[in-house]
Parts: sequence; structure tokens; C-alpha cells
Amino acid sequence: MADKSDLVLEVKNLKTVFFTNSGLFKAVDDLSFSVKRGETLAIVGESGCGKSVTALSLMRLVPDPPGRIVGGSVSLEGTDLLALDETQMRRVRGNRISMIFQEPMTSLNPVMRIGDQIVEAVRLHRNISAKQAQNIAVEMLRLVRIPEPARRAREYPHQLSGGMRQRAMIAMALACRPALLIADEPTTALDVTIQAQILALMLDLQKELGTGLVLITHDLGVVAQTAQRVIVMYAGRKVEEASVEALFASPKHPYTRGLMASIPAVPASGVPAQARLNEIPGTVPSLVRLPKGCAFAPRCKLAIKRCEAEYPPLADWGGGHLAACWRAEEVAEVA
Amino acid sequence: MTATLLEVTDLKKHYPVRAGVLRRQVGTVHAVDGVSFALGIGETLGLVGESGCGKSTVARSVLRLVEPTSGQIRLDGEDITHLSKTALRPHRRSMQIVFQDPFASLNPRMTAGDIVGEPLAVHGLASGKELETRVAKLFEQVGLRPDQMRNFPHQFSGGQRQRICIARALALEPRLIVCDEPVSALDVSIQAQVINLLIDLQRQHGFSYLFIAHDLAVVAHISHRVAVMYLGRIVEIADKDELFRNPRHPYTQALLASVPIANPLAKKLTPLVDGDVPSPVNPPSGCAFHTRCRFAMERCKTERPALVDAGDGHQVACLLNEGTGRSQ
Repeated sequence: MADKSDLVLEVKNLKTVFFTNSGLFKAVDDLSFSVKRGETLAIVGESGCGKSVTALSLMRLVPDPPGRIVGGSVSLEGTDLLALDETQMRRVRGNRISMIFQEPMTSLNPVMRIGDQIVEAVRLHRNISAKQAQNIAVEMLRLVRIPEPARRAREYPHQLSGGMRQRAMIAMALACRPALLIADEPTTALDVTIQAQILALMLDLQKELGTGLVLITHDLGVVAQTAQRVIVMYAGRKVEEASVEALFASPKHPYTRGLMASIPAVPASGVPAQARLNEIPGTVPSLVRLPKGCAFAPRCKLAIKRCEAEYPPLADWGGGHLAACWRAEEVAEVA
Repeated sequence: MTATLLEVTDLKKHYPVRAGVLRRQVGTVHAVDGVSFALGIGETLGLVGESGCGKSTVARSVLRLVEPTSGQIRLDGEDITHLSKTALRPHRRSMQIVFQDPFASLNPRMTAGDIVGEPLAVHGLASGKELETRVAKLFEQVGLRPDQMRNFPHQFSGGQRQRICIARALALEPRLIVCDEPVSALDVSIQAQVINLLIDLQRQHGFSYLFIAHDLAVVAHISHRVAVMYLGRIVEIADKDELFRNPRHPYTQALLASVPIANPLAKKLTPLVDGDVPSPVNPPSGCAFHTRCRFAMERCKTERPALVDAGDGHQVACLLNEGTGRSQ
């Protein structure tokens, strides 16, 4: 394990809940993880598993009401973000910790020039002249490989393509050289050829700037190609954590295994035409009525009595490979 | 190949771009620009391409949901391109569609049972008790419980809603089902359930799918043959295995190289193309892909390559594939 000084982010026992008419639900329940300088940590899971709420919790952007962070700590470069007041938090947000979202069109201001939006972000955190900030903006657009950055800086979001907008978002997020960048499904809205360009760009910049990256995605292909470490979430909890190699080589949690088996592969050569995919039966449970034991038990082939009664603790399988499953040993044998 | 069910010849769909006070036409969107393909009985043809390549317009033109500008659509040998609404009606029974968003394609005020039964009622095929029995049977076929017939769409999950859409499409026992991104809005574990269902249903009923998706893995999984579209044209079409093992068009190669492989030991992502897809309003001259192609030659800017057979039904529209037939 890395020494402490290398850690950019350390999250401990984070708990975010939502108060709704149908009751209280735990969107993120007792989540702990850390990110090192220059490391990419991927958080995977399906809709409603809590991955996006985790991102918003780190940014302290959970809408309150109905949501609230009710426990844990989020330590960024040694500062507990959850202990800061809103003014202090505003100085950190966009400066030391930034975020890019899935849909760049809804996160850019449609009536403001691209360049001015970057200038605004930079001048909010640094005491520099408009002229200097303008230069930084153009420089950032060049860094994200937007052709003719000076001209593009004077354009409005609607004049850019989807891929260009996401590049502009990345430029804005990285303008203040944050220690941590959170990317919530950054390429989900993009076409595959553009996705490949954006992912390659993000990894290059991360290497260049040494930023820690939390990549939230539902796509295991993206995970395999970008991350060093992976967290798999299900119904608000971390069910497995491992290095990307260990996770794909020997997944310990039946849910992780199920996910991997249910994605069709490219190229299909060798696979007989129209082979059935391995499906996970049932659907993700409602967070309001979570079972007492393991939330995955009702969909799990290996479930036993104990799974329904007791929530399994995260057990270490060596090398930081954690899994929360009573039958993790059997999962490995099935493989 | 088996007997042909659907034959599309030189299909074009152009949309005028109007501007100014007089709404004068200032340009043309070449949404579909000369697409030809055939679909056999019981076959699945996958249609892939990036946003704006015209794949959905092809789907809708085939069903005559949009009127094609020119070209010909033959279903079971009969030309349906210019049939009037009334004349088209009997044919509508044999062609159905499943859309991407099961939230937007179900009437929120109708019960699931009424939604699935509506096509039967509209075509006067069943009513009363018989209608109910048939709907119940359809529910079972798609893996829903008949007692869920009285529920409204909002009471179903995304995957279940897509099952309702599939049941509705099945109601009239169609020969062709057009699937327009049917699993793109679903989570992976649910996506696998729906893909399996589609495959099972085809085995039971023997209908054909025109399967449209942007996800190459999904298309590879479900299709027998795959056509790749770029800016309104088919650039390559071949048997599934052949296409993925031996892609000949530089665009197909770039698409395949862009798909992130779910294996950390596999080669890292290599973007083979730069830049964005050009606008279909004024698509590039010659080969529409020449602006992004690694192998582009002078000729590619002026000559539009035709879709030619490179052997074994593998058709490619690329000047590099003329004669020697290789672009690697």
C-alpha cells in the first residue's frame, strides 16, 4: 500500500441518505475508498447503485433537501471537506476538486462564450488579470487538442460538437490544476470513435498533470481500458474493490461475475452465432425496501440462508482485493 | 441465403434546410443517401453507425413512417414504397417496431394490457374475452405475468417496459420487427435479458429483425449480417463473423478499434480517427469518409466509391478495395 502522503483523496464510511415521501433511502451506505496522485479509480454499477450520488457527495453538491450526507469523512489533501462551511467549500470546488458530467450541453452556460466560461472559473480562484486568464483559457483549449483554440474560445457551446463540448468541459475542469478530477459518465453521451478520443485525452492529461481521477461509469470496457483500481457498487454499497487486473482475472462477488458475463463481446469470432448471454435474473432492488442481508441475494444463484439474514462484511482476499460476499470462495471455484 | 423478405434499393431521404423570412431552401440534409440491402426470412441484419449516420431514418423509411425521397422498398416481393395509407394497412400488420425509449413509447394513461391488445383491436382481430386471452399469452411470451395486465406503465421497470413494447410488436404476428436501439436505455444486466428474449422469440416465430444500434458488441451478438453506415451510406456489409474478423473499410476498422474491450490485458484504446463526423447537410464530396481516413488518396476526394462485392457476399465501398481488395 502507498504511503499516506501520496493520497489525494481518502473517503471513510461515507453515508448519504435521501428523505422522500416513500421513506428514507440510503443512496450511499458506509463507503470507504482512497485515490492516489495520478491514479484512476473507476466506480462501476448500474443505475441507482449510488455511484453518481457518491460523486456529488465528494463535491458537496448533493441537493439538500431531499438529500443529506449523514456520516463519514471526505479528506482531500488532508482537509475534511465535510467539515468546511459553504464559503470555504466554494474555494475548494473547481480549484482542488473538479467534476465533469455526462451531458456537456447541460453543464455549459449556453449564452456565454466557451473562453469566458473558463476565464470565470480561473479568476474565481486565482488573483490574475482578465488578459492573463484569457491566455490560460486559450492554452487550456489547446491542451485538450481543440483545433484553432483562439477562435473556438470566442464561440458559444451550441457551435461546438458533442465531443468538442466535452473537451471544453475538461479544459474548464483542469484549468486550475485540481488534485482530483471526478468524471461522471464522461463519454456515455458520445459516439464510440469520439469516446476513444476523449478517454485517450483524459488519460494523457492525467499523466501530464498528475491529477487523481475518479471515473464513474457503467461500461466495463471503459473500466478495463482506463482504470488502475475498481470499485463495484450495488444498491448503495461497495460490494467489491480490486486492482483492475485482479478484478477481471478473478472477480470475487457474484454480482461482478454476473455483470462481466452479461456483456456481449467484440469481436464475436469464435463465439457461435446468437449464443445466449448470461443474464442476471430480476432487477435492482428499490433502495427504500432493501433486504436485511445482502441486497444482491434475491438475484444471486449462490445465495444461502445466511445471505438473507446477515449483510456480509468486506473481506480482504489479498493485495487489497475486497469483496462483500459470504460465498466468495465458492464464486472463485465456479470459475 | 434464405428467401428474401425485405429488399431496399437505392433508398434516399433528403430533408430541406430552410432559412430566412421567405423560408427559402438553403441546403439539404442527406440523411439517407442511396442505401440498398436485402433481409432474408428469419434473418437479423444489424445496422450500425454513429449518431446522424441515418440508421434510424432507414428504419423509419422501411416502415413508411417517413416518406422516402426516392428508392424502392419491397416487402415479400411487393413494392410498398408508394402505397396509399389504406393500401398499406394490411402490410402494417407484418412490420412492427420497437423503439429505444420504453418510457416515451408507452401511453402512460393506458394499462399494459390495453397497450398490448390495442393492435389486435385496431385490426379487428380479437375482442372481449378472446382479446384478453391473447394478451395474457403475449405477456407470458415476453416474461411478464398476466396479472400485470392491469398495471400502468409507470409501475414497471425499464426492462419490463421494453418487454411490453416487444409484446405489442408481437401481437400481430409480424414477419419483420424493426428494433431501433432497443437496449440502449437499459442497464447491462437487464440488456442481456432483453437480448436473450429477442433471440428466443425469433427462434420460436421465425421473423426477421432489422436491428439498429450504435453498440457494436450488441449488434455483433444478435445479428447474422451487419451493415455499417457512415453519413447516409452503407460503407460495408458482410456476415457478422466475416465483418468482425476481417473489416475492410477503414471506417469499420476505426469503429472496431474504438470499442473499449473489457479486458485490462488487451491492447489499449487506439483512436484510429480524429475529428468529428462531418455535417450531413453538405457531406464531403467523393467518399464521405475521406476527411477522417488514414488512407485517403487524391481520388477519394472526387470519386464516390460504389458498394462492390469483395467475395463471399462481403461488400465494401472503398477505393482501396478495388482490385487488390485490402486496406490493411
